[in-house]
Amino acid sequence: MTEGELSDRLFVKGNEAVAMAAVEAGCRYYFGYPITPQSDIPEYLSRALPGLNGEFIQAESEIASINMLLGASATGVRAMTSSSGPGISLKQEGISYMAGSELPGVIVNISRSGPGLGGIDPSQADYFQAVKGGGHGGYHIIVLAPDSVQEMYDLTMLAFDLADIYRTPAMVLADSVVGQMKEPLVPNKRPAAELPAKDWVVRGKSGGEQRIVKSLFLGDGELEAHNWKLHAKYRAMKERECRWETFETDGAELVVAAFGSTARIARTSVMMAREAGLKVGLIRPITLFPFPEKAFAGITKSCKRILVVELNTGQMIEDVRLSVAGDTKVEFYGRPPGTGSLPTPEELFEQIKKHY
Amino acid sequence: MQQVFARPKSLKDVQTHFCPGCHHGTIHRLVAEAIDEYGVQDKTIGVASVGCSVFLYGYFDIDVVESPHGRASAVATGVKRARPDCFVFTYQGDGDLAAIGTAEIIHAANRGEDITVIFVNNTIYGMTGGQMAPTTMVGQKTTTSPYGRNQDKDGAPLRMAELLAQLDGVAFSARVAVNSPKNLMDAKRQIKKAFRYQTEGKGFSFVEALSACPTNWGMSPLAANERVGTELCAYFKPGVYKNTAEL
Repeated sequence: MTEGELSDRLFVKGNEAVAMAAVEAGCRYYFGYPITPQSDIPEYLSRALPGLNGEFIQAESEIASINMLLGASATGVRAMTSSSGPGISLKQEGISYMAGSELPGVIVNISRSGPGLGGIDPSQADYFQAVKGGGHGGYHIIVLAPDSVQEMYDLTMLAFDLADIYRTPAMVLADSVVGQMKEPLVPNKRPAAELPAKDWVVRGKSGGEQRIVKSLFLGDGELEAHNWKLHAKYRAMKERECRWETFETDGAELVVAAFGSTARIARTSVMMAREAGLKVGLIRPITLFPFPEKAFAGITKSCKRILVVELNTGQMIEDVRLSVAGDTKVEFYGRPPGTGSLPTPEELFEQIKKHY
Repeated sequence: MQQVFARPKSLKDVQTHFCPGCHHGTIHRLVAEAIDEYGVQDKTIGVASVGCSVFLYGYFDIDVVESPHGRASAVATGVKRARPDCFVFTYQGDGDLAAIGTAEIIHAANRGEDITVIFVNNTIYGMTGGQMAPTTMVGQKTTTSPYGRNQDKDGAPLRMAELLAQLDGVAFSARVAVNSPKNLMDAKRQIKKAFRYQTEGKGFSFVEALSACPTNWGMSPLAANERVGTELCAYFKPGVYKNTAEL
């Protein structure tokens, strides 16, 4: 966060910060559909894009909008869609096609509770869907998990850059707390980034060679090679793009692991624990894919226990387990999403004491 | 000597995979001729769909984006909104457009997107081996309607050209066939008109082209061709259903 005059700071909703960041990142094409709790995003862009010679379409469905994103992205423009739960499920086929066709694009999921119609309460139960490749065929997308309005802004801009650098879809995975809350925001300028030339986009041949954007590979050995190529991309992301935050992890004997809103609450609980003399810290993954395994490898020397806290029945914990050295115990505390299930700092402090 | 007939420039010199008697080859040619005659090969972006026409990019020498099944009209919307200077068309079969893609075609048409949609209707699912389509005729036997399409349970076949003509956003909607020289010349005229609607900025254009599918109809190419002219044309009547600019 940059230093600035008070007048340089705005007081905005998380969802609005996402939309503002998309505009700042040069996105001029948005295709979406209303669904609680993210309708602020299409509403903001319906106001902003026409004045910027952009295109805003409220499509007939989330399926139509992901496919409009696919088409626009194939021409090389920055484009975005957003949705929640059921709508993200509808987009999975389109996302799979984008991953297979190596198309960039940003998909924002302001998670609500499920499964099915569920509710509109905050949830972290879309972790598996986001991180393990929610569509068919075996692929990954970049997944970024903001925990503040500022991160909703900065990580949305990062999503556009990473999507272009790796030619792959990127998801901003937030929950409805971060989406709906209002906090001060410093509207940072788009950071300079070295982006590869888009020499693969469809443009009308213009006297050059034919270009095809597709994911169908029927030739002998073609698709196998293509899958390894995609896999190599994901390995490169793992080497270079892991992001996480640590809080009070030096010498910690118990470390809480959480992302998004839960990490905000857990941070307060960790402070309460430290005040009570317990050596407790917090690891907050910011990239959920690639998952920051190294963050956990770093702390397990002094740390005897990791307590994973999630708004679900246990999803990120699997990736935490894969990341830690054998003798560190990994425990879980979950509040599956639904009305009234957001834990209090006191509640998490009780859990910390229980597992310490 | 004067050359009076040649392969269209925008059609590649390759063997196609189409069955003997399939009309895709003919319809591909008419589309390619229109691309050549309007000189848009260098600025065309085709949107390929899923079905026997999935290899559009293998036959047309133009830039192509592949779309998920049914979504070509939405993909084309994204392409054209980003590149309004390009000529954008979709090429879809009856499953792609009239079953899984009904929402996308109706809404792209309703919004009046500046694209051209070529809809090939052969009353059956070709690529997947002959299942019932939304355009399968009542009584027609397919692998999933082995006792014949039953209007009570399966509904009547959808007439897309007429359906779309009712939408204000549609500027041009026509149905053609290519089973006879007369029908083929009319098909060429209507496809060219559909192209003009886009090249002249006159709105959304749609051409439904009836086609034979000898393999899945279980008929010889000649008998299948005959069926187009008799059974299909009787229900799916060729004609121009909307022509707002009176081209």
